[in-house]
Amino acid sequence: MTAKHDPQRYASVPDEHGRFGEFGGKFVAETLMSALADLEVLYRKLAQDDEFQRQFDEDLAHFVGRPSPLYEAARMSDHIGGARIFLKREDLNHTGAHKVNNTIGQALLAKHMGKNRVIAETGAGQHGVASATVAARLGMDCHVFMGEEDIQRQSLNVYRMKLLGAEVIPVTSGSRTLKDAMNEALRDWVTNVDNTFYIIGTVAGPHPYPMLVRDFQSVIGREARHQSLAMTGKLPDALVACVGGGSNAIGLFHPFLTDESVAMYGVEAGGHGIETGEHAAPLSAGTPGVLHGNRTYLMQDDNGQILHTHSVSAGLDYPGVGPEHSWLKDIGRVNYVAANDDETLSAFHRWTRMEGIMPALETAHALAYAEKLAAQMSPDQHIIVNLSGRGDKDILTVAALEGITV
Amino acid sequence: MSRLQARYQALHASGRKALIPYIVAGDPSISATVPLMHRLVEAGADIIEIGVPFSDPMSEGPVIQQGHERALENGVSLRDVLGLVTAFRQDDIDTPIVVMGYANPVERMGHALFAEACMGAGVDGLITVDLPPEEVDNLNQELKRVAIDNIFLISPTTPDERISTITERASGFVYYVAVKGVTGAGNLDVADVTHHLNLIRASTSLPVAVGFGIKDAVSAASLAPIADGIVVGSALIDTMARAIHAGHSEAEAIDRAITLLVDIRGGIDQATSAA
Repeated sequence: MTAKHDPQRYASVPDEHGRFGEFGGKFVAETLMSALADLEVLYRKLAQDDEFQRQFDEDLAHFVGRPSPLYEAARMSDHIGGARIFLKREDLNHTGAHKVNNTIGQALLAKHMGKNRVIAETGAGQHGVASATVAARLGMDCHVFMGEEDIQRQSLNVYRMKLLGAEVIPVTSGSRTLKDAMNEALRDWVTNVDNTFYIIGTVAGPHPYPMLVRDFQSVIGREARHQSLAMTGKLPDALVACVGGGSNAIGLFHPFLTDESVAMYGVEAGGHGIETGEHAAPLSAGTPGVLHGNRTYLMQDDNGQILHTHSVSAGLDYPGVGPEHSWLKDIGRVNYVAANDDETLSAFHRWTRMEGIMPALETAHALAYAEKLAAQMSPDQHIIVNLSGRGDKDILTVAALEGITV
Repeated sequence: MSRLQARYQALHASGRKALIPYIVAGDPSISATVPLMHRLVEAGADIIEIGVPFSDPMSEGPVIQQGHERALENGVSLRDVLGLVTAFRQDDIDTPIVVMGYANPVERMGHALFAEACMGAGVDGLITVDLPPEEVDNLNQELKRVAIDNIFLISPTTPDERISTITERASGFVYYVAVKGVTGAGNLDVADVTHHLNLIRASTSLPVAVGFGIKDAVSAASLAPIADGIVVGSALIDTMARAIHAGHSEAEAIDRAITLLVDIRGGIDQATSAA
């Protein structure tokens, strides 16, 4: 076993400072430091607590509908003629994406802390919907921050959140997308920290969030590992997942990190093309810096100002990425690549028409890359793609891009 | 002795409290910044906090956020901020200057280069909102090498036992954030501030300035007897922004901010001489 796949290495991150190598940490205003410390203490205790784990597993089984199936995309695999492609069907979860795995876990933490007001940031609206859903179920007061631009392009999810009883707060500062929604959520948290739990939707933010979101989402990879062995008798040869903040990707990758034979590909939003600068691919074309509580790869200029990003998918339209991904990139364990808007839209249509599965635009980035990867591999190999969310929320965006009025 | 230390000692000797205005470098314009700094000093400022504009100022309320946005539209970078301090120092070698901002521009420049550039420009202290003591050791080494003070924030939510973790790494002065929230927000609770200042003073002999939530002579006067310094930011920036929005000239906007600062100075002095 090479050092790269040494289990100790992966079990050791994050360290007690919340660092993954040089990435991660707790770069926040002093007012939040004690809330983060309290959260870490509680989480480390509950992570070892059988009753908490039983409650989490039970909610995932009966409220979310887990385990999600692993499904062989036979027609697309035949069409490509390379490696067989299996889809981990997170789109079949309650609320339609992987996001709910994490909000179930964090809502349980909020309940343990006695906090009845929850806040969340959202880009595509999937995390906002998943937060509003668990808040409705537990009778919590829920406020979701969402960039004005995203409110327009994800209007269906905005209405879903309102139906669920959440207040959706439009964010008009900066680029009016996910990054600014996160700024505003942090401002709310700093003001209401005593009674408010911040449900962060991805593996970014200050420690302990990248760790606990990873742990809650790792159910995806644990199930996929068992399912792959049961269905094919072996581990997958490759894993593919889209990466914005990176929670669905970490969830799939993490339980396989020590499996040397499993290659991993995180697919970032290439936007109009990496070479144009109009994208949201910090791991492909960014530099390390500090944003939203952690050190990670960022899209920034020479003066350390965060750049505006572009992606056809609101959920990937973010200039940073979870710190564990930055570390996995630097140690060479995961390959980070990009799919641009055009490739993504064409994959969206192809998979919808050939498999009867309409993927979220975020997810379609992973599918676009998986097609290319499968074509270079042989039919006795197989790939698992995280089908992280369903595409119903995106039909108005797709229609608008094609000049169709629905 | 550092400029900050000298200034606080002189104030203490004369029974006065430091008035510390905060402005964003490049707001309302780049050309107005250095003259504005001199006007602040004439109006009674003892220390100036100059904000480095950042694209994602997570601890700022809307007023200072908009100040950052205007400064960024004016193209102000961290290097430009240090350039403005250099220009200020041509005519004022006494007033301590504290640079206040967020971690990423400093990270991008690199700690060693940043520390050197601060020393070259005549900067005296640094406040980095999102660099708590847990993340600061590397930068602090570089700042110590060039004798620049690192000023930390302590907030109402800082646990008592954590205060010494912060004060051990601090120099120059300590900045107590008087309200839970972003800049420009909240109502002051003087009893609560008093309680925390006592805890801080039990842990350090450094001067303690108080900021966030101080908007006029009355609120400044309420804290002056218990604090060593009073920071005023949003109120000044809001005064200038409103004047410009109403169609007044930049000069008029600055005049109005200066009038407010003179008023606050008066409130502080009256409260401390009465006390």
